[in-house]
Amino acid sequence: MDILRFITAGSVDDGKSTLIGRLLYDSKNILIDQLEQLEKQTKNKEAGPIDLALLTDGLRAEREQGITIDVAYRYFSTPKRKFIIADAPGHVQYTRNMITGASNASLIIVLVDARQGVVEQTRRHSIIASLLKIPHVVVAINKMDLVDFSEEVYKNIVADYASVAAQLGLNDITYVPISALQGDNIVDASTKMEWYTGKPLLQLLEEVSIDEDINLTDPRFQVQFVIRPQTEDLHDYRGYAGKVISGVYRKGDAVTILPAGIETRISKLEIAGEEVSEIFAPQSATILLADDIDISRGDSIVNTNNLPTTLNELDVLLCWMDDKPLQSGNKYYIQHNSQLQRAIVKEIAYRIDVNTLEHQSVEGQVKLNEVVKAKIKTSSQLVFDSYEKLRANGSAILIDETSNSTVAAVLFI
Amino acid sequence: MSNHHLNYLEQLEAESIHIFREIAAQFERPALLFSGGKDSITLVHLARKAFAPGKIPFPLVHIDTGHNFQEALDYRDAMAASIDADLIVRKVEDTIKAKSLTEAKGKFPSRNWLQTYTLLDTIEEFKFDACIGGARRDEEKARAKERIFSVRDDFGQWNPKLQRPELWNTYNGRINKGENVRVFPISNWTELDIWNYIKHENIPLPSIYFSHERELIVHEGQLVALSDFVLRESTDVIVTKRIRYRTVGDMTCTAAVESNAVTLDEVISEITAAKISERGETRIDDRVTEAAMEDRKKNGYF
Repeated sequence: MDILRFITAGSVDDGKSTLIGRLLYDSKNILIDQLEQLEKQTKNKEAGPIDLALLTDGLRAEREQGITIDVAYRYFSTPKRKFIIADAPGHVQYTRNMITGASNASLIIVLVDARQGVVEQTRRHSIIASLLKIPHVVVAINKMDLVDFSEEVYKNIVADYASVAAQLGLNDITYVPISALQGDNIVDASTKMEWYTGKPLLQLLEEVSIDEDINLTDPRFQVQFVIRPQTEDLHDYRGYAGKVISGVYRKGDAVTILPAGIETRISKLEIAGEEVSEIFAPQSATILLADDIDISRGDSIVNTNNLPTTLNELDVLLCWMDDKPLQSGNKYYIQHNSQLQRAIVKEIAYRIDVNTLEHQSVEGQVKLNEVVKAKIKTSSQLVFDSYEKLRANGSAILIDETSNSTVAAVLFI
Repeated sequence: MSNHHLNYLEQLEAESIHIFREIAAQFERPALLFSGGKDSITLVHLARKAFAPGKIPFPLVHIDTGHNFQEALDYRDAMAASIDADLIVRKVEDTIKAKSLTEAKGKFPSRNWLQTYTLLDTIEEFKFDACIGGARRDEEKARAKERIFSVRDDFGQWNPKLQRPELWNTYNGRINKGENVRVFPISNWTELDIWNYIKHENIPLPSIYFSHERELIVHEGQLVALSDFVLRESTDVIVTKRIRYRTVGDMTCTAAVESNAVTLDEVISEITAAKISERGETRIDDRVTEAAMEDRKKNGYF
């Protein structure tokens, strides 16, 4: 049993909340007191005794103001998998919310309303999925009950989406016709769409292979915290605690400390204080080295035969997430995993229209929800990989120095 | 490469340890809020793993409402001693006296609201900049929207509309003076994950989590332990039953579950089959209003 983290993307009326509610309900992850609560709240009884969309209903602050606060996380499990859904609302600020939710997702469910087909929003969600390199895409064509479960409608939408996906370079796309409201092709195969020979949605989610999404070939490790017990029996103990970002490390490996460039060997590997012979992504581990070297938080320990890029001036994509706009020349903190340093946004090359992928020139400021290509300069060397090559070591955040807010997602090019 | 595979508990553990190490590195004075319940016991276990073979580099803080189960207090003291942890206890009783606070009335006078005062005073007293809590997002809908690093203002208030985006595994713990951060390392765990992990790791629990005999008041279908903290009336229906606790909070706001489960396996199989959620079954305080948790968090609650 493992964990699949996925995000659901849909426009306001695509039935996203109903779909999530349906997944929770049909996988028997809803309990009696929660159901009673739903029954009490369900006002529109036409669709059935309970409105599944209410399961993802938000806070009172949201109901009062008719807004939705970025991302909520939902949990359910089946005997095969534990699932974590990043549920991002579908309207204003969608780019920011979706990027936040997508940053940890291995899979995206793109919801398409069978009556509407592939619309501008579908395209936008898919563009973000491709920018964020979400490895698996499931296109759920919803509301099939409203088009008489028509195979022809389904086939036309599949053909339309396939051409969008080809333009965007999206891989591993699976299509499934569903009715979230009536439960068709959610847990069990629908009896109303026997022309569909694929798996129902939940089975797709249970069976998608995600092992190869974790990079086990390029060893990357950043020091989070130096463990120095300084007790009598552990007097000289100096362990570099961190997460294996990718790859595998073995005792005896020749490693290089970056950005300093010092070479040494791994003398011991530990997990939770117990010695192990190897560590691999995404374990949290502790590395002990053969030589006494001055290493601190944010330094990278990498295999000497497989080095990442080390630069202090680099091209990035910035997804702007703050109400306060970005101005070229502004200084920020950049946090790349555990490494924090200063950065200046030097020049902004162009804006990427998230509806068309078009490059547009930028005059003046970059506003909330805009994605731009920019050049940044950091105060010291940044040790990274391109996002394209290694998602887990190819991303960072920008932090406003004065408000301390997280203002941008950074993807290294 | 199949031997390089983590199962779901190992993945959750790795994520939580990563969060603990970020806390220790990013903050000057973190503290782990320890209640004696299974979630905070799991937190302590994870913290030990994160910093082994060293000690946990921050104190455990217990905000003692005075309405605790004795078993939970005994467990707390024994555990802190066995792992050589610094334990700080601050009593709600003292805050009530010092600040002339008014206690809740009624049959089950909960100090749940009042403990926020003691917590905020304790944060101030020790200048804690990060408080680590055992909240899980599956517990309740306000929790589902809270960040792992949740910034609170000078009054400890959560503002759901001004949360920082939390991307990848990058945690931004930078704060302004006066602010502090609540950190929830087991945000992504569910109740069942906790139980399965406790079993897998063989973590000892206070005895009240297992079946035992107790005198109880039957109140609106819930079973509440008879104690000095509960107002007794002549009309009370008192029963003696074999019960266990599914959550451990105050004696005034935690209801028991009828059970014969004496082993972890038996408890887990009962919870797997349970038809009612953890909070719905055992927390009297969440029933008050639909938005009870949201309100408490906005006022500085965990």
